[in-house]
Amino acid sequence: MTTTETDLKALMLASLQGDAASHRTLLERLSRRLRAYYKGKLAGIGRGASEAEDLVQEAVLAIHIKRHTYNPAEPLTPWVHAIARYKLIDCLRRTRTSRADVPIDEADEVMAHDDHIGAESTFDVRRLMQQLPQKMQCAIEAVKLDGLSVAEAARRCSLSESAVKVNIHRGLKALAALIARETPA
Amino acid sequence: MKTDDLVTALSAHVEPVDHRWVGRRMGMALAAGAAMALGLMLVGLGVRADLMTARAVMFLALKLAFAAGIVGLASVCLIRLARPGGERRTSSIPVVLPFAAVVLLAAISLGLTPSSHWDKMVMGEQWLECLLSIPVIAIVPFAVMMWAVRQAAPTDLRRAGACAGLVAGGISALAYALHCTDDSLPFVAVWYGGTIVLCTLTGAILGPRLLRW
Repeated sequence: MTTTETDLKALMLASLQGDAASHRTLLERLSRRLRAYYKGKLAGIGRGASEAEDLVQEAVLAIHIKRHTYNPAEPLTPWVHAIARYKLIDCLRRTRTSRADVPIDEADEVMAHDDHIGAESTFDVRRLMQQLPQKMQCAIEAVKLDGLSVAEAARRCSLSESAVKVNIHRGLKALAALIARETPA
Repeated sequence: MKTDDLVTALSAHVEPVDHRWVGRRMGMALAAGAAMALGLMLVGLGVRADLMTARAVMFLALKLAFAAGIVGLASVCLIRLARPGGERRTSSIPVVLPFAAVVLLAAISLGLTPSSHWDKMVMGEQWLECLLSIPVIAIVPFAVMMWAVRQAAPTDLRRAGACAGLVAGGISALAYALHCTDDSLPFVAVWYGGTIVLCTLTGAILGPRLLRW
Protein backbone atom coordinates (compact mmCIF):
# COMPACT_ATOMS: atom_id res chain seq x y z
CA MET A 1 0.00 0.00 0.00
CA THR A 2 1.36 3.42 -0.94
CA THR A 3 1.99 6.15 1.61
CA THR A 4 -0.53 8.35 -0.17
CA GLU A 5 -3.22 5.78 0.46
CA THR A 6 -2.21 5.36 4.10
CA ASP A 7 -2.01 9.12 4.77
CA LEU A 8 -5.22 10.00 3.02
CA LYS A 9 -7.12 7.14 4.61
CA ALA A 10 -6.00 8.29 8.07
CA LEU A 11 -7.27 11.78 7.23
CA MET A 12 -10.55 10.32 5.99
CA LEU A 13 -11.09 8.31 9.16
CA ALA A 14 -10.45 11.40 11.29
CA SER A 15 -12.75 13.46 9.12
CA LEU A 16 -15.54 10.90 9.52
CA GLN A 17 -15.19 11.44 13.28
CA GLY A 18 -15.87 15.12 12.71
CA ASP A 19 -12.30 16.47 12.74
CA ALA A 20 -12.56 19.64 10.64
CA ALA A 21 -8.81 20.16 10.22
CA SER A 22 -8.34 16.66 8.83
CA HIS A 23 -11.35 17.09 6.61
CA ARG A 24 -9.87 20.26 5.21
CA THR A 25 -6.43 18.73 4.60
CA LEU A 26 -8.05 15.71 3.00
CA LEU A 27 -10.16 17.78 0.60
CA GLU A 28 -7.16 19.98 -0.26
CA ARG A 29 -4.94 17.05 -1.04
CA LEU A 30 -7.65 15.20 -2.93
CA SER A 31 -8.51 18.28 -4.97
CA ARG A 32 -4.90 18.53 -6.18
CA ARG A 33 -4.88 14.87 -7.19
CA LEU A 34 -8.27 15.22 -8.84
CA ARG A 35 -7.07 18.29 -10.74
CA ALA A 36 -4.13 16.38 -12.20
CA TYR A 37 -6.43 13.47 -13.02
CA TYR A 38 -9.11 15.56 -14.76
CA LYS A 39 -6.62 17.78 -16.60
CA GLY A 40 -4.99 14.66 -17.98
CA LYS A 41 -8.29 13.06 -18.99
CA LEU A 42 -9.80 16.18 -20.52
CA ALA A 43 -6.59 17.12 -22.35
CA GLY A 44 -6.82 13.73 -24.04
CA ILE A 45 -10.12 14.78 -25.63
CA GLY A 46 -9.22 18.41 -26.20
CA ARG A 47 -10.93 20.17 -23.27
CA GLY A 48 -9.55 23.00 -21.18
CA ALA A 49 -8.40 23.66 -17.62
CA SER A 50 -11.48 25.56 -16.42
CA GLU A 51 -13.64 22.58 -17.28
CA ALA A 52 -11.27 20.39 -15.34
CA GLU A 53 -11.70 22.77 -12.41
CA ASP A 54 -15.50 22.48 -12.63
CA LEU A 55 -15.10 18.73 -12.36
CA VAL A 56 -12.66 19.01 -9.46
CA GLN A 57 -15.24 21.02 -7.55
CA GLU A 58 -18.08 18.69 -8.45
CA ALA A 59 -16.02 15.74 -7.24
CA VAL A 60 -14.90 17.50 -4.04
CA LEU A 61 -18.51 18.38 -3.27
CA ALA A 62 -19.56 14.80 -3.99
CA ILE A 63 -16.82 13.43 -1.75
CA HIS A 64 -17.98 15.75 1.02
CA ILE A 65 -21.68 14.97 0.68
CA LYS A 66 -21.27 11.23 0.12
CA ARG A 67 -18.57 10.56 2.70
CA HIS A 68 -21.02 8.36 4.64
CA THR A 69 -20.74 5.82 1.80
CA TYR A 70 -17.07 5.17 2.47
CA ASN A 71 -16.52 1.86 4.22
CA PRO A 72 -13.48 2.17 6.55
CA ALA A 73 -12.73 -1.53 6.05
CA GLU A 74 -11.82 -0.79 2.43
CA PRO A 75 -8.92 1.22 0.96
CA LEU A 76 -9.75 4.83 0.15
CA THR A 77 -8.20 5.06 -3.34
CA PRO A 78 -10.79 2.92 -5.19
CA TRP A 79 -13.62 4.83 -3.51
CA VAL A 80 -12.23 8.21 -4.59
CA HIS A 81 -11.48 6.87 -8.04
CA ALA A 82 -15.02 5.54 -8.48
CA ILE A 83 -16.46 8.96 -7.60
CA ALA A 84 -13.95 10.82 -9.78
CA ARG A 85 -14.63 8.57 -12.74
CA TYR A 86 -18.40 8.65 -12.22
CA LYS A 87 -18.37 12.46 -12.28
CA LEU A 88 -16.20 12.44 -15.40
CA ILE A 89 -18.50 10.07 -17.26
CA ASP A 90 -21.56 11.99 -16.05
CA CYS A 91 -20.06 15.26 -17.32
CA LEU A 92 -19.16 13.79 -20.69
CA ARG A 93 -22.65 12.34 -21.01
CA ARG A 94 -24.17 15.74 -20.29
CA THR A 95 -21.99 17.27 -22.95
CA ARG A 96 -22.88 14.52 -25.41
CA THR A 97 -19.51 12.92 -25.64
CA SER A 98 -19.88 9.19 -25.89
CA ARG A 99 -18.81 7.00 -23.01
CA ALA A 100 -16.42 5.24 -25.36
CA ASP A 101 -14.27 8.39 -25.22
CA VAL A 102 -13.56 7.88 -21.53
CA PRO A 103 -10.16 6.23 -21.32
CA ILE A 104 -9.92 3.12 -19.20
CA ASP A 105 -7.88 3.79 -16.09
CA GLU A 106 -6.79 2.20 -12.86
CA ALA A 107 -7.76 3.35 -9.40
CA ASP A 108 -4.19 4.37 -8.60
CA GLU A 109 -4.17 6.87 -11.42
CA VAL A 110 -6.35 9.29 -9.51
CA MET A 111 -3.74 9.47 -6.74
CA ALA A 112 -0.68 9.45 -8.99
CA HIS A 113 -0.13 13.17 -9.61
CA ASP A 114 -0.41 16.34 -7.66
CA ASP A 115 -1.43 19.65 -9.25
CA HIS A 116 -1.96 22.70 -7.06
CA ILE A 117 -2.39 25.29 -9.80
CA GLY A 118 -6.13 25.81 -9.68
CA ALA A 119 -8.05 27.68 -12.32
CA GLU A 120 -11.21 29.61 -11.54
CA SER A 121 -14.22 27.37 -12.10
CA THR A 122 -17.03 28.62 -14.28
CA PHE A 123 -19.80 28.66 -11.71
CA ASP A 124 -20.54 31.17 -9.05
CA VAL A 125 -21.79 29.48 -5.91
CA ARG A 126 -23.48 32.58 -4.47
CA ARG A 127 -25.46 33.05 -7.66
CA LEU A 128 -26.45 29.37 -7.80
CA MET A 129 -27.51 29.54 -4.17
CA GLN A 130 -30.20 32.06 -5.03
CA GLN A 131 -32.13 29.16 -6.54
CA LEU A 132 -32.26 27.36 -3.19
CA PRO A 133 -35.07 27.82 -0.65
CA GLN A 134 -34.53 30.78 1.70
CA LYS A 135 -33.73 28.67 4.80
CA MET A 136 -31.04 26.64 3.04
CA GLN A 137 -29.53 29.77 1.53
CA CYS A 138 -29.33 31.51 4.86
CA ALA A 139 -27.89 28.51 6.71
CA ILE A 140 -25.20 27.75 4.11
CA GLU A 141 -24.24 31.36 3.69
CA ALA A 142 -23.91 31.93 7.42
CA VAL A 143 -21.97 28.79 8.32
CA LYS A 144 -20.13 27.78 5.18
CA LEU A 145 -19.37 31.10 3.52
CA ASP A 146 -19.36 33.64 6.36
CA GLY A 147 -17.84 31.28 8.89
CA LEU A 148 -20.36 31.80 11.70
CA SER A 149 -20.93 29.10 14.31
CA VAL A 150 -24.08 26.99 14.11
CA ALA A 151 -25.53 28.87 17.10
CA GLU A 152 -24.86 32.26 15.47
CA ALA A 153 -26.35 31.05 12.21
CA ALA A 154 -29.43 29.82 14.05
CA ARG A 155 -29.96 33.33 15.43
CA ARG A 156 -29.34 35.03 12.10
CA CYS A 157 -31.71 32.75 10.17
CA SER A 158 -34.24 32.38 13.04
CA LEU A 159 -33.98 28.61 12.94
CA SER A 160 -33.17 26.07 15.62
CA GLU A 161 -29.59 24.77 15.68
CA SER A 162 -30.66 21.36 14.42
CA ALA A 163 -32.66 23.01 11.63
CA VAL A 164 -29.52 24.89 10.59
CA LYS A 165 -27.62 21.60 10.33
CA VAL A 166 -30.40 19.91 8.37
CA ASN A 167 -30.71 22.87 6.01
CA ILE A 168 -26.96 22.93 5.39
CA HIS A 169 -26.97 19.22 4.64
CA ARG A 170 -29.95 19.41 2.26
CA GLY A 171 -28.75 22.68 0.79
CA LEU A 172 -25.33 21.32 -0.15
CA LYS A 173 -26.97 18.38 -1.86
CA ALA A 174 -29.27 20.68 -3.79
CA LEU A 175 -26.29 22.88 -4.64
CA ALA A 176 -24.33 19.89 -5.93
CA ALA A 177 -27.28 19.02 -8.16
CA LEU A 178 -27.41 22.61 -9.47
CA ILE A 179 -23.68 22.64 -10.16
CA ALA A 180 -23.96 19.34 -12.01
CA ARG A 181 -26.70 20.80 -14.17
CA GLU A 182 -24.97 24.15 -14.77
CA THR A 183 -21.57 22.90 -15.87
CA PRO A 184 -21.50 24.13 -19.46
CA ALA A 185 -20.78 22.05 -22.50
CA MET B 1 -15.11 30.26 -7.60
CA LYS B 2 -11.75 28.87 -6.53
CA THR B 3 -11.56 25.29 -5.35
CA ASP B 4 -9.71 26.41 -2.21
CA ASP B 5 -12.71 28.54 -1.26
CA LEU B 6 -15.02 25.59 -1.74
CA VAL B 7 -12.79 23.41 0.43
CA THR B 8 -12.75 26.08 3.13
CA ALA B 9 -16.52 26.36 3.01
CA LEU B 10 -17.03 22.61 3.21
CA SER B 11 -14.62 22.30 6.13
CA ALA B 12 -16.49 24.79 8.31
CA HIS B 13 -18.21 22.82 11.10
CA VAL B 14 -17.70 19.25 10.01
CA GLU B 15 -20.22 16.86 11.51
CA PRO B 16 -19.23 13.30 12.45
CA VAL B 17 -20.55 10.80 9.93
CA ASP B 18 -21.73 7.26 10.55
CA HIS B 19 -20.24 4.87 8.00
CA ARG B 20 -22.75 2.14 8.87
CA TRP B 21 -25.50 4.37 7.60
CA VAL B 22 -25.72 2.79 4.11
CA GLY B 23 -26.18 -0.75 5.40
CA ARG B 24 -28.74 0.34 7.95
CA ARG B 25 -30.73 2.41 5.50
CA MET B 26 -30.81 -0.48 3.00
CA GLY B 27 -31.95 -2.87 5.72
CA MET B 28 -34.76 -0.52 6.65
CA ALA B 29 -35.80 -0.18 3.01
CA LEU B 30 -35.80 -3.96 2.62
CA ALA B 31 -38.00 -4.43 5.70
CA ALA B 32 -40.36 -1.63 4.70
CA GLY B 33 -40.61 -2.93 1.12
CA ALA B 34 -41.35 -6.47 2.31
CA ALA B 35 -43.99 -5.27 4.76
CA MET B 36 -45.72 -3.19 2.09
CA ALA B 37 -45.63 -5.99 -0.49
CA LEU B 38 -47.12 -8.37 2.06
CA GLY B 39 -49.81 -5.84 2.95
CA LEU B 40 -50.66 -5.29 -0.69
CA MET B 41 -50.98 -9.04 -1.26
CA LEU B 42 -53.19 -9.51 1.82
CA VAL B 43 -55.53 -6.67 0.83
CA GLY B 44 -55.58 -7.28 -2.92
CA LEU B 45 -55.41 -11.08 -3.20
CA GLY B 46 -55.57 -12.78 0.21
CA VAL B 47 -53.68 -15.90 1.31
CA ARG B 48 -54.48 -19.27 -0.26
CA ALA B 49 -57.32 -21.15 1.46
CA ASP B 50 -55.38 -24.40 1.94
CA LEU B 51 -52.37 -22.71 3.51
CA MET B 52 -52.24 -25.10 6.46
CA THR B 53 -52.43 -28.42 4.62
CA ALA B 54 -49.23 -30.47 4.50
CA ARG B 55 -49.10 -30.49 0.70
CA ALA B 56 -49.45 -26.72 0.46
CA VAL B 57 -46.81 -26.17 3.13
CA MET B 58 -44.27 -28.26 1.23
CA PHE B 59 -44.73 -26.45 -2.08
CA LEU B 60 -44.98 -23.11 -0.36
CA ALA B 61 -41.68 -23.78 1.38
CA LEU B 62 -40.05 -24.43 -2.01
CA LYS B 63 -41.39 -21.22 -3.50
CA LEU B 64 -40.44 -19.22 -0.45
CA ALA B 65 -36.92 -20.68 -0.46
CA PHE B 66 -36.53 -19.70 -4.13
CA ALA B 67 -37.74 -16.14 -3.59
CA ALA B 68 -35.91 -15.71 -0.28
CA GLY B 69 -32.68 -16.94 -1.90
CA ILE B 70 -33.02 -14.28 -4.56
CA VAL B 71 -33.81 -11.54 -2.04
CA GLY B 72 -30.89 -12.54 0.19
CA LEU B 73 -28.24 -12.81 -2.51
CA ALA B 74 -29.44 -9.78 -4.44
CA SER B 75 -29.60 -7.53 -1.40
CA VAL B 76 -25.99 -8.37 -0.50
CA CYS B 77 -25.11 -7.31 -4.05
CA LEU B 78 -27.22 -4.19 -3.83
CA ILE B 79 -25.61 -3.01 -0.60
CA ARG B 80 -22.20 -3.31 -2.28
CA LEU B 81 -23.36 -1.61 -5.47
CA ALA B 82 -24.74 1.30 -3.46
CA ARG B 83 -21.21 2.42 -2.53
CA PRO B 84 -18.77 4.03 -4.98
CA GLY B 85 -16.60 1.42 -6.64
CA GLY B 86 -18.73 -1.41 -5.24
CA GLU B 87 -19.29 -2.77 -8.74
CA ARG B 88 -15.64 -3.75 -8.95
CA ARG B 89 -15.95 -6.08 -5.99
CA THR B 90 -19.34 -7.55 -6.79
CA SER B 91 -19.98 -10.59 -8.92
CA SER B 92 -23.39 -11.12 -10.45
CA ILE B 93 -22.96 -14.88 -10.63
CA PRO B 94 -24.39 -15.83 -7.19
CA VAL B 95 -27.76 -14.22 -7.92
CA VAL B 96 -28.21 -16.62 -10.83
CA LEU B 97 -28.02 -19.65 -8.52
CA PRO B 98 -31.65 -19.66 -7.29
CA PHE B 99 -32.82 -19.45 -10.91
CA ALA B 100 -30.53 -22.27 -11.95
CA ALA B 101 -31.76 -24.40 -9.05
CA VAL B 102 -35.43 -23.90 -9.81
CA VAL B 103 -34.97 -24.52 -13.54
CA LEU B 104 -33.09 -27.73 -12.74
CA LEU B 105 -35.83 -28.92 -10.38
CA ALA B 106 -38.47 -28.01 -12.96
CA ALA B 107 -36.65 -30.00 -15.63
CA ILE B 108 -36.42 -33.01 -13.32
CA SER B 109 -40.10 -32.82 -12.48
CA LEU B 110 -41.02 -32.58 -16.18
CA GLY B 111 -38.78 -35.55 -16.88
CA LEU B 112 -40.68 -37.64 -14.34
CA THR B 113 -44.07 -36.78 -15.85
CA PRO B 114 -45.60 -37.94 -19.14
CA SER B 115 -45.37 -35.19 -21.74
CA SER B 116 -49.16 -34.99 -22.08
CA HIS B 117 -49.24 -33.28 -18.66
CA TRP B 118 -46.51 -30.75 -19.43
CA ASP B 119 -48.89 -28.17 -20.78
CA LYS B 120 -50.87 -27.99 -17.59
CA MET B 121 -47.77 -28.06 -15.40
CA VAL B 122 -46.22 -25.09 -17.15
CA MET B 123 -49.33 -22.96 -17.65
CA GLY B 124 -51.04 -23.79 -14.34
CA GLU B 125 -54.43 -22.29 -13.55
CA GLN B 126 -53.38 -18.72 -13.04
CA TRP B 127 -50.38 -17.86 -15.19
CA LEU B 128 -51.92 -14.55 -16.18
CA GLU B 129 -52.56 -13.56 -12.58
CA CYS B 130 -48.96 -14.43 -11.70
CA LEU B 131 -47.63 -12.54 -14.72
CA LEU B 132 -49.47 -9.40 -13.62
CA SER B 133 -49.31 -9.68 -9.82
CA ILE B 134 -45.57 -10.07 -9.28
CA PRO B 135 -44.55 -6.98 -11.29
CA VAL B 136 -47.39 -4.89 -9.83
CA ILE B 137 -46.62 -5.85 -6.22
CA ALA B 138 -42.92 -5.22 -6.96
CA ILE B 139 -43.50 -1.54 -7.74
CA VAL B 140 -43.65 -0.41 -4.12
CA PRO B 141 -40.56 -2.30 -2.84
CA PHE B 142 -38.72 -1.19 -5.99
CA ALA B 143 -39.47 2.45 -5.27
CA VAL B 144 -38.35 2.08 -1.66
CA MET B 145 -35.10 0.29 -2.63
CA MET B 146 -34.28 2.89 -5.30
CA TRP B 147 -34.92 5.67 -2.81
CA ALA B 148 -32.46 4.07 -0.38
CA VAL B 149 -29.81 3.45 -3.06
CA ARG B 150 -30.11 7.05 -4.27
CA GLN B 151 -29.05 8.30 -0.85
CA ALA B 152 -25.86 6.31 -1.10
CA ALA B 153 -23.66 6.81 -4.17
CA PRO B 154 -23.83 4.01 -6.75
CA THR B 155 -21.30 4.39 -9.56
CA ASP B 156 -22.69 1.69 -11.83
CA LEU B 157 -26.27 2.83 -12.19
CA ARG B 158 -27.41 0.12 -14.59
CA ARG B 159 -26.28 -2.72 -12.37
CA ALA B 160 -27.54 -1.04 -9.22
CA GLY B 161 -30.93 -0.51 -10.87
CA ALA B 162 -31.06 -4.12 -12.10
CA CYS B 163 -30.17 -5.36 -8.65
CA ALA B 164 -32.86 -3.21 -7.02
CA GLY B 165 -35.34 -4.65 -9.54
CA LEU B 166 -34.21 -8.15 -8.67
CA VAL B 167 -34.63 -7.55 -4.94
CA ALA B 168 -38.07 -6.02 -5.50
CA GLY B 169 -39.11 -8.89 -7.78
CA GLY B 170 -37.94 -11.39 -5.16
CA ILE B 171 -39.84 -9.63 -2.37
CA SER B 172 -42.92 -9.52 -4.52
CA ALA B 173 -42.68 -13.24 -5.37
CA LEU B 174 -42.28 -13.96 -1.68
CA ALA B 175 -45.57 -12.19 -0.94
CA TYR B 176 -47.39 -13.57 -3.98
CA ALA B 177 -46.38 -17.15 -3.13
CA LEU B 178 -48.65 -16.98 -0.07
CA HIS B 179 -51.61 -16.45 -2.36
CA CYS B 180 -50.77 -18.57 -5.40
CA THR B 181 -52.14 -22.12 -5.56
CA ASP B 182 -50.23 -23.21 -8.65
CA ASP B 183 -47.63 -25.47 -7.14
CA SER B 184 -45.90 -27.21 -10.02
CA LEU B 185 -42.17 -26.52 -10.30
CA PRO B 186 -42.24 -25.75 -14.03
CA PHE B 187 -44.90 -23.13 -13.29
CA VAL B 188 -42.69 -21.54 -10.63
CA ALA B 189 -39.65 -21.61 -12.92
CA VAL B 190 -41.42 -20.01 -15.87
CA TRP B 191 -43.80 -17.52 -14.27
CA TYR B 192 -42.07 -16.64 -11.02
CA GLY B 193 -38.62 -16.75 -12.60
CA GLY B 194 -39.78 -14.94 -15.73
CA THR B 195 -41.56 -12.10 -13.94
CA ILE B 196 -38.62 -11.59 -11.59
CA VAL B 197 -36.31 -11.36 -14.60
CA LEU B 198 -38.76 -8.83 -16.04
CA CYS B 199 -38.47 -6.73 -12.85
CA THR B 200 -34.68 -6.95 -13.11
CA LEU B 201 -34.68 -5.72 -16.72
CA THR B 202 -37.00 -2.86 -15.82
CA GLY B 203 -34.61 -1.90 -13.03
CA ALA B 204 -31.66 -1.98 -15.43
CA ILE B 205 -33.51 0.34 -17.81
CA LEU B 206 -34.64 2.78 -15.10
CA GLY B 207 -31.41 2.72 -13.08
CA PRO B 208 -29.36 5.25 -15.08
CA ARG B 209 -32.30 7.66 -15.07
CA LEU B 210 -33.45 7.33 -11.47
CA LEU B 211 -30.16 6.87 -9.65
CA ARG B 212 -28.09 9.80 -10.98
CA TRP B 213 -26.51 11.89 -8.27
